[in-house]
Amino acid sequence: MVPDHTRTPAGTVSRLRSALSLREAPVLGALLVTLVCAAMFVDNFATERNTGFLLLSVAAIALMALPMTLIVITGEIDLSVASTLALSSATMGVLWEAGVPIETALWICLAVGLAVGALNGVLVTLCGLPSLAVTIGTMALYRGLAYVLLGDRAVASYPQTWVSGVRDTVPGVPGLPWTVLAIALLAVLFAVLLHASVLGRSLYDIGNNAEAARFAGVRVRWTKFWLFAASGLVSAGAGVLWTLQYGTSRADTAFGLELQVVAAVLLGGVSIFGGVGTVVGVMAGVLLLGSLRNALQLLGISSDVLQVVTGLILIASVVAPSAAARLRARRKAPGPRPAPDPDDRNRPVAAPSGEES
Amino acid sequence: MPEQQPPAPPPLALDGVSKSFGSVRALRGLSLELRAGEIHALVGENGAGKSTLVKTIAGVHRPDSGQILVDGETTAFQAPADAQRAGIAVIHQEPTLFPDLSVAENIFVGRQPRTRLRTIDRALMRRRTAEAFARLGVETDPDRPARGLSIADQQLVEIAKALTRRARVLVMDEPTAALSGVEAERLFRVARSLRDSGTALLFISHRFDEVFALCDRITVVRDGAFVSCDPTPELDVDTVVRRMVGREVSSLYPKEEAQVGETVLEVEGLTRRGVFTDVSFSVRAGEIVALAGLVGAGRSEVVRAAFGVDRHDTGTVRVLGRELPNGRPRAAMAAGAALVPEDRRLQGLVMESSIERNSTATRRGPLSRLGLLRPRAERDAAREWGERLQLKYGDTTDPVSTLSGGNQQKVVLAKWLSTRPRLLFIDEPTRGIDVGTKAEVHRLLSRLAGEGLAIVMVSSELPEVLAMADRVLVMHEGRITAELDRDAATEETVMYAATGQQPRSAA
Amino acid sequence: MTPPGTPAQAPERPPENPSATAAPPKGRPAQRTRQVRELGVLLAVAVLITATWLHNPGFLSAQGVRDLFLGATVLSVLAVGQAMVLITRNVDLSVGSVMGLSAFGTGILFVTFPGLPVPVAMLCGVAIGAVCGLLNGALVTTVQVPALVVTLGTLYAFRGINHWWADGGQVNAHDMPAAFLALGRVSLLGVPLPAAVAIATVVVVGLYLAHYRSGRELYAIGSNADAARLSGIPAGRRVLTAFAVNGALAGLAGVLFAARYGTVDSTVGTGMELQVVAAAVVGGVAIAGGVGTVYGAAVGAVLMTTITAALPIWQINQFWHQAVVGALILAAIGLDRLLALRTARKLGGGGARGA
Repeated sequence: MVPDHTRTPAGTVSRLRSALSLREAPVLGALLVTLVCAAMFVDNFATERNTGFLLLSVAAIALMALPMTLIVITGEIDLSVASTLALSSATMGVLWEAGVPIETALWICLAVGLAVGALNGVLVTLCGLPSLAVTIGTMALYRGLAYVLLGDRAVASYPQTWVSGVRDTVPGVPGLPWTVLAIALLAVLFAVLLHASVLGRSLYDIGNNAEAARFAGVRVRWTKFWLFAASGLVSAGAGVLWTLQYGTSRADTAFGLELQVVAAVLLGGVSIFGGVGTVVGVMAGVLLLGSLRNALQLLGISSDVLQVVTGLILIASVVAPSAAARLRARRKAPGPRPAPDPDDRNRPVAAPSGEES
Repeated sequence: MPEQQPPAPPPLALDGVSKSFGSVRALRGLSLELRAGEIHALVGENGAGKSTLVKTIAGVHRPDSGQILVDGETTAFQAPADAQRAGIAVIHQEPTLFPDLSVAENIFVGRQPRTRLRTIDRALMRRRTAEAFARLGVETDPDRPARGLSIADQQLVEIAKALTRRARVLVMDEPTAALSGVEAERLFRVARSLRDSGTALLFISHRFDEVFALCDRITVVRDGAFVSCDPTPELDVDTVVRRMVGREVSSLYPKEEAQVGETVLEVEGLTRRGVFTDVSFSVRAGEIVALAGLVGAGRSEVVRAAFGVDRHDTGTVRVLGRELPNGRPRAAMAAGAALVPEDRRLQGLVMESSIERNSTATRRGPLSRLGLLRPRAERDAAREWGERLQLKYGDTTDPVSTLSGGNQQKVVLAKWLSTRPRLLFIDEPTRGIDVGTKAEVHRLLSRLAGEGLAIVMVSSELPEVLAMADRVLVMHEGRITAELDRDAATEETVMYAATGQQPRSAA
Repeated sequence: MTPPGTPAQAPERPPENPSATAAPPKGRPAQRTRQVRELGVLLAVAVLITATWLHNPGFLSAQGVRDLFLGATVLSVLAVGQAMVLITRNVDLSVGSVMGLSAFGTGILFVTFPGLPVPVAMLCGVAIGAVCGLLNGALVTTVQVPALVVTLGTLYAFRGINHWWADGGQVNAHDMPAAFLALGRVSLLGVPLPAAVAIATVVVVGLYLAHYRSGRELYAIGSNADAARLSGIPAGRRVLTAFAVNGALAGLAGVLFAARYGTVDSTVGTGMELQVVAAAVVGGVAIAGGVGTVYGAAVGAVLMTTITAALPIWQINQFWHQAVVGALILAAIGLDRLLALRTARKLGGGGARGA
């Protein structure tokens, strides 16, 4: 089938290309354009104060998007992240009211997150249930537990040192809260894990062909279990951050945020079918949505528009590649009827010519 | 034939059909004529364009040029529905049933009999299904869901579909690939009775014995082009093979003598309830032991359980004296075992992934440092093994899906041989690969055995088993029914054991 | 005479395990399990209602019954549509937004054209939904992008349009004609009109799915999309229809909502999408497609709303509601899994592995 090509020197080039896979290019481009335009045309956008604000506003989503990326790459999904966040926040509120110091409460919250994540993992891997259905269920369950803990009360008496503490910037770098720096480091860790580690490689294999991965000795269920557990843990961390950041715990906090996380992940080029995606793309997706919202707010445009825009770019992000592929296919194979095959151009397989959006 | 005065136009004919996918020309001006009351065989190597041809007839693909003639009239199939309306029924290689629908609904989907209110007449549908099954001599309940049917039963459902549709042309794409001898025989009976009632049949198979026993004419295709078409009596296997390959095939099965060494694998009393029972055997270094038997006898399952992909209920597996834990492929790999699975696309490879990622998938640990992968090491390893196995590829970053079947199998082999195993399980080593690569694989296995590798080979191809194996273990219904030495293993002895009959004393 | 074993080549969604040639089962095992499944949910509803009634007879007072009916109306209409889409192995996450858009659109129509006949306005509401559904369906079928992503996108887009349209405002009861609001109060043989509409919808769609070719083809598509294409089923058109009908039903739900509550703002139906999917799943519709009935989905919706209504009677803290619903969903999918395993075991030797 495939023409016999010896190795081409283009190998390195194509390697470079695939490193910055074409799938991520649109979202990176869109982010760049948004940032440049906003910096030029939106007053107060490119200020230290606003940068810090913008970065903090996407912190929780960015956090939850990291494990979500890995989970979606293995072909699963976790819709319970926002509820886990709320449960963690509610736990914090109850503990704080009971007089538990924040240092201790924090660890308990993380433990709760790990536990509920592990429950998702058990239901998906051990019981073999579809993760979409499971996490719709646990989404209700965990949110429900948050309500059971807090009811409709709000706990807002957190100590100011903690509340302002999360907003403190890194010394010497105005506009960069240390929490954001920490999240960025975590993102680097996830990126290395996904793209350069043995585990990361097996995640793609699981997403593309779990059966083949199993035959090659990958512990598919084990791996997925820990991904869900990690998702719970990180979401609980996001819950702690959220609580301190806004200085309040409520059961209905971050309602519907799970879909924003999923939207950012998909926007970042992760395939909902699994097997494809990068951390860089996802972080760009998170920032794109965040900076759009921020810029629109500064312009005094209501966030309604943002919802429309979010929806449209999400659709565009899946429609565009698919439509482009069709267009290319049509150009290559001219119609059903006309003339027999033109000349058989044996396009080198190794070197993709120019830009194929 | 001369009986009819005005020769009726054939129910289906292809005239100069071409079809390309991108730069790959799958069909080049292919012509074919199916006559009523005749079974027509189509043979060719893998990648010769047979499947594309079937899909063109089925209306899935539209030809780039050339014509499809139904009853002598040019027709353009826009969709599978058009082909069906023209009386063409296709049984695809892998039956395409709806697991959640009942068998009767599967047969009548899209054309269920209706009452006056245009609702579906379930009683009538059930009755007609039962009638069709009676004709085919099967006893499947029309109301059971298709989920859980064996491949053979699924194919019979497909044939029932063709029957109830009163198809005039029936195309069968490798229908026997997954059938046991008994099931295949039943299928042939049905095919013959359809022929006798005037249906035109197209039969595609890799098994020459079947082709010669069943078909009236044989068309050979190569590289998407027509090579020859002759009545079966005028042909013999050698001629057909020569035409398929386009060159002389000298020795298909080279086999070298090997020094037999220490015991590598010991399987004792291995049982998985309802699948295989009390399986015991051992394999020594340098030996090739074949597991023969009919499809469904439990051979692949034994191998999978021994390697740990599936769990077993009782019994032990020891590799080089070390007992393997149940259901842990990793432990088996660590102990020096490797498994080249039966289904390349589903179990052997991640099709979307690159050649280098696939061929290094089994030893990412050794190729990494501190848990981090080194791309250069991966690439070098992939190239090294590509060279060693004479893999034909563009770049190691190309997805394996761009390779031919034979080259894909080489990637699977590279993936496992690069772990330097002491024990190799290999399931259907040459299924669906072309004759040239087949010989290469056989030579490779033989050489590996010579180097002291212990090999357990599952194969449904008897000639392959007889030529390659030092010992043959024959399985029947989940048990080992015979252990035959190289000298004692003949087609007859193996088949007797495989069908569960008492071996006769005389050979 | 095949001994049990794995087939040589497994098709895309392999029938789980090949078996001896048709263990001849009496009756219809699959159908029977399915019916048992739906009856089980119905039984749960009956037990819950009876127990609650025994606990507090006030639960089934005339007003209580009305509330029960009306509470279930919107969710079951939505669940019926969602079931259709789920059966084709797709999902529509935008229903909450579509319902909101239709509710608000209907309200605005009354404000803009005060003299508008009620049925016309209602039809317009349904039409708004149908158009949204068509748009979803067209994106899914023609561009062939996954429904989960598309409808997540339209969830935001439709809601955004609604906000922008409402611009913070709302339509109040006094803007709507009395005849329209009366719809929420009129009864038909003791059944409130909206509930009667919902029941009629369930029955019509249910009959269609069970007894018409095109209805059965939705199951075929969800069961094995490739086979559907090869069988000549116009899969694109069928899926498009399912989305359009789902949209129209979401529109109807919006109209019923407006009629019942009289006050509509741009947040109507927010977060409804996952509740709807949950109701369908509780009622035995499989997320993986090909399995389930709209009756089941509707009963699932009734069960979920009945729990809402029953909790206060049992003096259970209302804050437990969500948690109970979550546990219910998990129990339902766990049960489905068990039933599937049992059927598989009954039909063919070994159980299903993995998956």
